[in-house]
Amino acid sequence: MSLKSNLHNLREKYKGKKMAPAFNALHTFLYTPNETTHSGGHIRAVDDLKRTMNTVIMALVPVLIFGIFNAGYQHYAAVDAANGIIRQASLFGNFITWENFLMGAWTVLPLVIVSYVVGLVVEFIFAVIKGHEVEEGYLVTGMLVPLIVPIDTPLWMLAVAVVFGVVIGKEVFGGTGMNILNPALTIRAFLFFAYPTWMSGDKVWVHQAVEKAGGPDAISGETILGFLAQGKGSEMTYSVSDMFFGFIPGSVGETSTLLILLGGLFLIFTKIASWRIMVSAVAGALVMGLIFNGAAELGWIAETSKFYGLMSFEFWKHLLVGGLAFGIVYMATDPVTGSQTDKGKWIYGFFIGFISVMIRVFNPAYPEGVFLAILLMNVFAPTIDHYVVRANVNKRMKRLQASADLAGGAHGKAKELKAETV
Amino acid sequence: MSKDIRIKKGLNINLIGEAEKITSKAVLSNVYAINLQDFHGITPKMLVKQGAEVKAGQPLFFNKDKEDMLFVSPVSGELVEVVRGARRRILTLKILADKSQEFVEHQTIVPQNASTEEIKTLLLKSGCWSFIKQRPYDIIANPDVTPKAIFISGYATSPLSADLDYILQGKEKELQAAIGALAKLTSGKVHVSVGKGSQSVLEAMSGIELHRVSGPHPAGLVGTQINKIDPINKGEVVWTVTPQDLVIIGELLLTGKYNAERIVALAGSSVKEPKYYATKIGAEIATFLYASGVNTENFRLINGDVLTGSQTTPNGYLGHYNSTVTAIPEGDDYELFGWNKPVFDKISTTRSLTFSWLTPNKKYDLNTNTNGEHRAFVVTGMYEKVFPLDIYPLQLLKACMVKDLDEMEQLGLYEVAPEDFSLTEFICISKQPHQQIIREGLDLLYKEIG
Repeated sequence: MSLKSNLHNLREKYKGKKMAPAFNALHTFLYTPNETTHSGGHIRAVDDLKRTMNTVIMALVPVLIFGIFNAGYQHYAAVDAANGIIRQASLFGNFITWENFLMGAWTVLPLVIVSYVVGLVVEFIFAVIKGHEVEEGYLVTGMLVPLIVPIDTPLWMLAVAVVFGVVIGKEVFGGTGMNILNPALTIRAFLFFAYPTWMSGDKVWVHQAVEKAGGPDAISGETILGFLAQGKGSEMTYSVSDMFFGFIPGSVGETSTLLILLGGLFLIFTKIASWRIMVSAVAGALVMGLIFNGAAELGWIAETSKFYGLMSFEFWKHLLVGGLAFGIVYMATDPVTGSQTDKGKWIYGFFIGFISVMIRVFNPAYPEGVFLAILLMNVFAPTIDHYVVRANVNKRMKRLQASADLAGGAHGKAKELKAETV
Repeated sequence: MSKDIRIKKGLNINLIGEAEKITSKAVLSNVYAINLQDFHGITPKMLVKQGAEVKAGQPLFFNKDKEDMLFVSPVSGELVEVVRGARRRILTLKILADKSQEFVEHQTIVPQNASTEEIKTLLLKSGCWSFIKQRPYDIIANPDVTPKAIFISGYATSPLSADLDYILQGKEKELQAAIGALAKLTSGKVHVSVGKGSQSVLEAMSGIELHRVSGPHPAGLVGTQINKIDPINKGEVVWTVTPQDLVIIGELLLTGKYNAERIVALAGSSVKEPKYYATKIGAEIATFLYASGVNTENFRLINGDVLTGSQTTPNGYLGHYNSTVTAIPEGDDYELFGWNKPVFDKISTTRSLTFSWLTPNKKYDLNTNTNGEHRAFVVTGMYEKVFPLDIYPLQLLKACMVKDLDEMEQLGLYEVAPEDFSLTEFICISKQPHQQIIREGLDLLYKEIG
C-alpha cells in the first residue's frame, strides 16, 4: 500500500475524533485533501490559505538568511570596534563568511525554532479543544517573531511572549482571521513592556553586548536610531549604503532595506500583499520626515534639544534605518488586522508611516515607533473601514431618495397598474 | 437605440469541453420529473393524486401561499411517483410519458390587445409564471407587486454555458410575443442585453431597451446588468426572465400550449462529444448524456453551469430553468504538496507560484477538488477584483453570516442573488461557501421583512 492510501486510512480512522485536527494539520502539509465541492459552485481556484502564507514566507526567507549573517557580522564588527578597528562592510570580503554564519545561526535559529514550536503547540491545543482545523495564520507569525526581536532575547522570554501573543492576541478572539491586533506585534509589544531592559537600550542589538557590558572587553550594541536619539549622530560610522544593504545593528530581520524592498516587490507581484498600504505608508513616513526636517531647518528647535538629532535626520533616511521598511512590507499589510477596503488601505497605510516617524522622534526612551504605530492603526482599521463602507451605504440611500423624488411619471403608472390589479 | 455596458472587473473561466454548435434530437425520455428544489421557497399543495393521468400543461400542484400560481406537467402521462423526503416534504414528481402527447389548450392571446390582468391570469394558470423571478430575494415573482422594470440577459458568460445566440435562433416570434406580454406587466421598461458584436435575435425585438454588454464574466449575469442599468432600491422590485424561458412563454401566447421543449448544451471535459440536444424540461439526463458518451467513470454531473448548477446523476432530470448540463471530473483525490508546488494546470487570480496569468486564453480541465480546506476569511481586496457590482462583497457576506438585518439591507443584499457571488466563491482563498451564505441571508431577510 502506498503512503497516500495509508494516510487516507489513518485520516478516516481519526475522523470525528478529538485528535483529528492535529492529524489533518500534518497530513495536509503533505497532501492537499481529497475534499470536493459540496455547495454552490462546483469548481474552485487553486489558491488556498496555505499557498498564500507560503508565499509570504518565501518573501521572508532572504531576510532571515541575511539576518543570520548580519548577527555574526555585527558581533565581530563590534569586537573589532572595541579594539579600535573600524570595519568597512563588504559583502564577499567580511560579510558572507563561515564565521559570521555559524555565529548567526547559533543565535538566530533557536529563536526561530522556539517561536514556531511554542506557537504551533498553542495553535494545535486550541484546535483540538475547539474542534476546528489548525489554521495557517501562525506560519507567517512564527517567522516574523524572530525577525523583529533583539538578537539576544532569552528563549524563555520569547516562549512566554509567544504564548501570550497567540492566546490573548488571537485565540481569545476566535483564532486566525478574527484577531484585532497583529499577533506578531502583540508578541513584540508584550516583550517590550514586560522586559524593557532586554528590548531597548544600547546593548541588546549586538550578540553578547549585554554579557560583556562593563567588562574590559565591552562592546557597543547601539542602533543608528539610538545614536541619533542621544544626539551622538556624529559618532556613527555607518554610510548610507550600509543602511540600505543592511550592515547595521538592529532587530534580526529589519536591517536590510534592499532585501525587504525585493520581498515587498515580490509580494506585490504575486498579488498577496496590498501595494496600496505599502505605497501610502512610505508616503506617510516621508511626509512626517519632511515636516520634522522643515521644523529643524527653520530653527524652531534648538540644536541642544534632545529631539534635534532625529528631527534633523534627513527624511528619506528614515526608510533605511530601524524597522520601518520591515514593518511596512510585512506587518502593515497583514490583511486580517489592516483595513479591508481599498480606500481604507490608503488612509491606514499613510497613518502608519506618519505615526511611526512621529513616535521615533518624540520617544527618547525607545527610538522606534513602527510596531506601536501599526498596533495603533490596527485598532483604528475597523473605524476607517466603517466610514468607507458608510459612504457606499449613503450612496445607496441617496439613490433611494432620488428614486422616491422621481415619483411623478413612473410612480403614477405604477399606481395605475396597481389599481387595475386590485 | 442601444446603450453600451462595459464591465472591467471579472474573470473568464475558460474550460475544456465547450458544446459544439450541432443540435441532435435527444431520445425520448420514458419518465419526466419535476424537482421541487428548483422552486426555491415554494410550498407545494398537490392537485392530482399519484396514479392520475395528466396532460402536458396540466397543473400538478399550486403554491400554498399564492393559490392561483400553478405548476404544470411538462408531458402527458401518468403521475407514477411522488418522492417524499424528511417530514413528508415532496422532493420530486415523476411522470411516465404517454406515447402520444396531449396538451391542455389555453386561449391564445395577442399581447397588444390583452389587458394586464388577462396576461397575468394566463401565465399563472399555465404554469409559465414559474419562469418569472424577482429580486430582491431571487424567488419566483410575486404577481401582486408591479415591478419597476424587467431584465432579460441574452448574453451568457458563465463557463461552458449554452450559447444563447445559437439556441434562440428562429425563435423571434415567440420572443417578441413574450416580451410584448411582459412589457404590460411592468411600470417601467423591459431591459434586454446582448453581447457586444454578437448576432442575437433579441436585437430586433421591439418594445425593449437594448443594452450591448462587453467584458469578462459576470458581465452576462443579470444581476451585474441590473446594477449597471437601474439598481434596485429598498422597496423596489424587478423581475428577471431568461431568454430560453421566454420562448416557452411566447409559444404559450401564440399557440395556447405549454411546450416544455428546449435546446440544452451538454458540455464539460468529461463528455466525449459535447454538443446541443433538443429535449424537454424534466427529461432524464441519461437520454442524451450517453448519446455523447463520457470518457471517465468518476465524473460529476451538473444540472446547470459549473458555477451555479446543482449536482445530479445520469438518472437525474433536467432542471426547470436549465439550458446547460455539465460533466466534469470529480477531484476526490489527494495531491502531493498541492499547496506549495508550482501550478500550471489550474486557474488562479494570484501569482503565488501559479501561472494561469501567463496564459489568459488557455482552456483548463478543472475538477471538483476544493484545492484546500475551509478557513476563516483572511485575505482582503481580492473579491472586489472580480465583483463589478457597486457593493462591498466581503462586508455583505459577513453581515449575512452574523445575521445583521440592518447591515444586510444597507449593504445592498436586495440587489443580489446567490449567482452574483459565484465568482467570488470560485476565487475564495478561504473556500467559504459564498452562494450558500447569500442564499441564507436572503431567506432570513425575506422571513423577517418580506
